Amino acid sequence: MTNSFFQHNQTAHCESGVISNLLGHYGLQISEPMAFGIGAGIFFGHLPFLKVNGVPGTTYRIWPGAIFQRVCKRLGVRMESQKFSTPEKGMQALDKVIEAGIPVGLQSSVYYLPYFPASYRFHFNAHNLVVYDKKDGQYLVSDPVMDSVTTIDPESLAQARFAKGFPAPKGKMYYPVHVPPTASFEKPIKAGIEQACHFMLKVPIPMFGVKGIRFLAKRVANYAENPGDRKATLYLGNIIRMQEEIGTGGAGFRFLYAAFLQEAAVLLKKDELSKLAGELTQTGDLWRNFAFAAGRVCKSRSADNVSYKELSQMLLECAASEDAFFRKLAQVKW
Amino acid sequence: MKKEEVPQDSDNLHEGTFKQIMYAVDNSGNYVKVQSAGWEPENIALDQAWEEVNERVKAARARVEAGEISPVAYYMEKNLMDLPLLASYVGKFQWQVKRHMKPGVFKKLSPKLLQRYADAFKVSLTDLLQIR
Repeated sequence: MTNSFFQHNQTAHCESGVISNLLGHYGLQISEPMAFGIGAGIFFGHLPFLKVNGVPGTTYRIWPGAIFQRVCKRLGVRMESQKFSTPEKGMQALDKVIEAGIPVGLQSSVYYLPYFPASYRFHFNAHNLVVYDKKDGQYLVSDPVMDSVTTIDPESLAQARFAKGFPAPKGKMYYPVHVPPTASFEKPIKAGIEQACHFMLKVPIPMFGVKGIRFLAKRVANYAENPGDRKATLYLGNIIRMQEEIGTGGAGFRFLYAAFLQEAAVLLKKDELSKLAGELTQTGDLWRNFAFAAGRVCKSRSADNVSYKELSQMLLECAASEDAFFRKLAQVKW
Repeated sequence: MKKEEVPQDSDNLHEGTFKQIMYAVDNSGNYVKVQSAGWEPENIALDQAWEEVNERVKAARARVEAGEISPVAYYMEKNLMDLPLLASYVGKFQWQVKRHMKPGVFKKLSPKLLQRYADAFKVSLTDLLQIR
């Protein structure tokens, strides 16, 4: 088992993709949407005080690492996870594990990954990839958002693993030590859906969940005054980029979650879920329309008050649509 | 989003090689994976982010040449860093790094500390002292 070739599948998102590829390597077949759903990956949050390069953060998914933890817990997978104090120790430990034929998941910074197009290389520290072997001094990499497998030199990999900033990867590496040969998805699916509904509807903080979308809508409506035109286009640009975040189809993970519901509907023989998947697809399209409109404002570099009000209105529609959707999802009887 | 609607707005940001996966529905309403060459709103946002970076680098460069700030400030912009990030790379407090951005203070930095800055920016010591 351990020396078999690593099967690379390109996926939309790095975390759910690494889970799908790693567990698949051990014979536990789980699709990317299924991993995303069981891990309750869908979310929304707008954090005006958490600024990166002066731009407030927006997220359409749960914090990094959470999907992984939840999937492992719910499916009974045991992972070994380590962090290191120095790059030397971290690289040595990596070499030892891949020598034993075990593919390893690594947290890394996109900025130091030379195989990405230069335009994507920002300081983003929560990227996941798999290293499965070493040949001629180069590491063989299966990066789930890439078309095919690739290679990386030891120096770049060490820099990517030991990048500074938030969240600092500290060379984090992880690999399964126990994977059940088969797992029933039924209970994990239910638990995942319940958790997602809770996070979208019930967290008592105004920046999170459906409330968070309304919170953002309110702020966008005032973008002409605060922070003012020039910065506002940067703020909008960041919202769009987070919504897309490499390959989610511009709908901030909404399509990915809808794909999960569809798969769950077949597994659990529940037509209701597949109907709800259709509704979420429409919500995803609302998000896409918002991005188009926001993109136009960015391009024209200035906007009158009206267009910010319009964008705000579109966000409110997204919020209303998600509100209705998650309320229905929370009420599905099992 | 339907399969046919998956955006294929390629531009040179992706260098023609990078295709992402998106989930979209086929004619019978089932989700499938489709490769996308890029998406216009994202391209606009990325373009804009880079333009901002380039402007900041240009402004910093002009200020270094005018003797207002030290190369530390210039390379920080060039490496897309902000103050907290740079401070953690060189293992200093933010106020210390800020001081090092003054040309007068920068001139007196020890070779050891200069090397740390050079490493953080991945440039040689000569390039650090004399920006190119």
